[in-house]
Amino acid sequence: MRKALIIITAAGALSACGSETNVAQYGDEPNLPKQETGLLPAMAIAKPTGWGDAVPTVPAGYTITPLATDLKIPRQMLVLPNGDVLVAEGMGGSAPALRPKDIIAGFIKSRGKSDVKGGNQLTLLRDADGDGRAELKTVFLSGLNAPYGLALVNNTLFVANQDSLMWYPYTTGQTKMTVPGTKLTDLPAYINHHWTKALAASLDGTKLYVGIGSNSNATERGMPAESNRAMVWEVDAATGMHRPFATGLRNPSALAVHPQSGELWAAVNERDELGANLVPDYLTSVREGGFYGWPYSYWGNNIDPRVRPQDPKKVAASIRPDYSLGSHLSPLGLSFANAAMGPEFAQGVFVGQHGSWNRKNFAGYKVVYVPFNGPRPTGADPVDFVTGFLTKDGKARGRPAGVTVDPRGALLVADDLSNTVWRVAPTRPVTAPAPAATATPPPAG
Amino acid sequence: MTTAYSRTLPTPLHSILLAFPAVLFTSAVLTDIAYLNTAEMQWSNFSAWLIAGGLFMGAIVLLWAIISFFTNRARTASRGPLVYLLLLAAMWVIGFINVLLHSRDAGYSVTPTALVLSIVVAVLALAAAWTGYSGFVRREAR
Repeated sequence: MRKALIIITAAGALSACGSETNVAQYGDEPNLPKQETGLLPAMAIAKPTGWGDAVPTVPAGYTITPLATDLKIPRQMLVLPNGDVLVAEGMGGSAPALRPKDIIAGFIKSRGKSDVKGGNQLTLLRDADGDGRAELKTVFLSGLNAPYGLALVNNTLFVANQDSLMWYPYTTGQTKMTVPGTKLTDLPAYINHHWTKALAASLDGTKLYVGIGSNSNATERGMPAESNRAMVWEVDAATGMHRPFATGLRNPSALAVHPQSGELWAAVNERDELGANLVPDYLTSVREGGFYGWPYSYWGNNIDPRVRPQDPKKVAASIRPDYSLGSHLSPLGLSFANAAMGPEFAQGVFVGQHGSWNRKNFAGYKVVYVPFNGPRPTGADPVDFVTGFLTKDGKARGRPAGVTVDPRGALLVADDLSNTVWRVAPTRPVTAPAPAATATPPPAG
Repeated sequence: MTTAYSRTLPTPLHSILLAFPAVLFTSAVLTDIAYLNTAEMQWSNFSAWLIAGGLFMGAIVLLWAIISFFTNRARTASRGPLVYLLLLAAMWVIGFINVLLHSRDAGYSVTPTALVLSIVVAVLALAAAWTGYSGFVRREAR
């Protein structure tokens, strides 16, 4: 521990930015400061500490409860038709250290993570009496390989492992998967620097979208390692045939389909080591055939000079994302709201922000709500929805990863540091009429 | 009492250790050039490891040289040990800055600046080796 602190202190002393400013970078025109490349990247890790009797902070009129605790690295969730919740637990990635730096940086980052071993399983949670605490917590499906994305289409459960997309027949109410799954398709898994495989289903259920992160920060593992990476695949749910749907998305670690427009949206982790306020992570609608810049450029045509060889044509073709969330906050969760969440949070998207390492002042470590007007963000700043994950002295009680809206009117938050699933619900249930989208599959993790 | 002078050569173990920075730092110059010519990341990775290896072994040599400098101070009859120590120290400090440069990502790992530093460090390592292997003249009290 002491060694880590010394390294972090040294990193701070040697990094280019003497004093670090926090630039508000929200919306479609974020302020993009000059690139900073010092001798050492700024690193700050929030040391883990327990929740004790504390719980995360939620807006007035909402109540938060731990739906389940003592999970094994909960990352993403899926609400089943009867209200049961599946939690994907696991930690993937076994990318070998290619450089001396990888060993040191890996050690420092590990100080901010839970030391519980990933479960490689799905756990089922059932809160039959509706008190926000699950009475039943049971292993639904084990022996998986770092499961992450989950989706249910009619009676088929899709599970995205870090190396394969599997499907299982599911009957409402079942608490254990008894049949072995069938592989729909392999997923890119070579190196797996960014291992998470986010998953969302189209509204008609015929297509699945898989988020596949890059194999490096900025191509430092070489261009060949980036084949089939930094993109969203469209997979045919019946045949497993797939194609790149959109590319240049560095790490699309959360996907969700807009419940009315049917458009695919992604939360994307952008690149590091260009400064405390570069590059903003973003929320964007994902256009078919679109190229979003990585690795050649960011936020449209801002060139990343580290990439060899450069590609001016790709830079010129780069799409500017829809909405900047801010730099380094690491969005890992994305879920569209509904009327049952209450009038102030009825039309927009919740974003789980795992939190920063590549800046001295922490960013993220909370769940925000980005207001939408119909199919697009209004452009207003994000609203804090769940906070309190950091203590005043800069320790982390938890780190939010996946977020999932329960159609009955609650937001589930997977906290992969305290190994808890939190449930945030209006204290008095909203009596507004349920949205008309009852025929559509529930939102995917 | 007469004073005799003799040339003290480094011990075999010190000689073996001293060979590492000389070889590793000079090799890094070549892998740097290979990266700049090809943009093949593996050359840059080689450079980072070679420099890190040179620093690791160089740190042992430097520590040994510091201890030897102070313990043999009374018998030292030339500037050799001081020059040797300063060359090793400069090699190590600039080498450390260089490994940080080489730890940046992709095209920022081996820049023209980094290559210049690699050359400077290699020259310092070779000069230190030359000085060290030449041995030091010491006074021997009889």
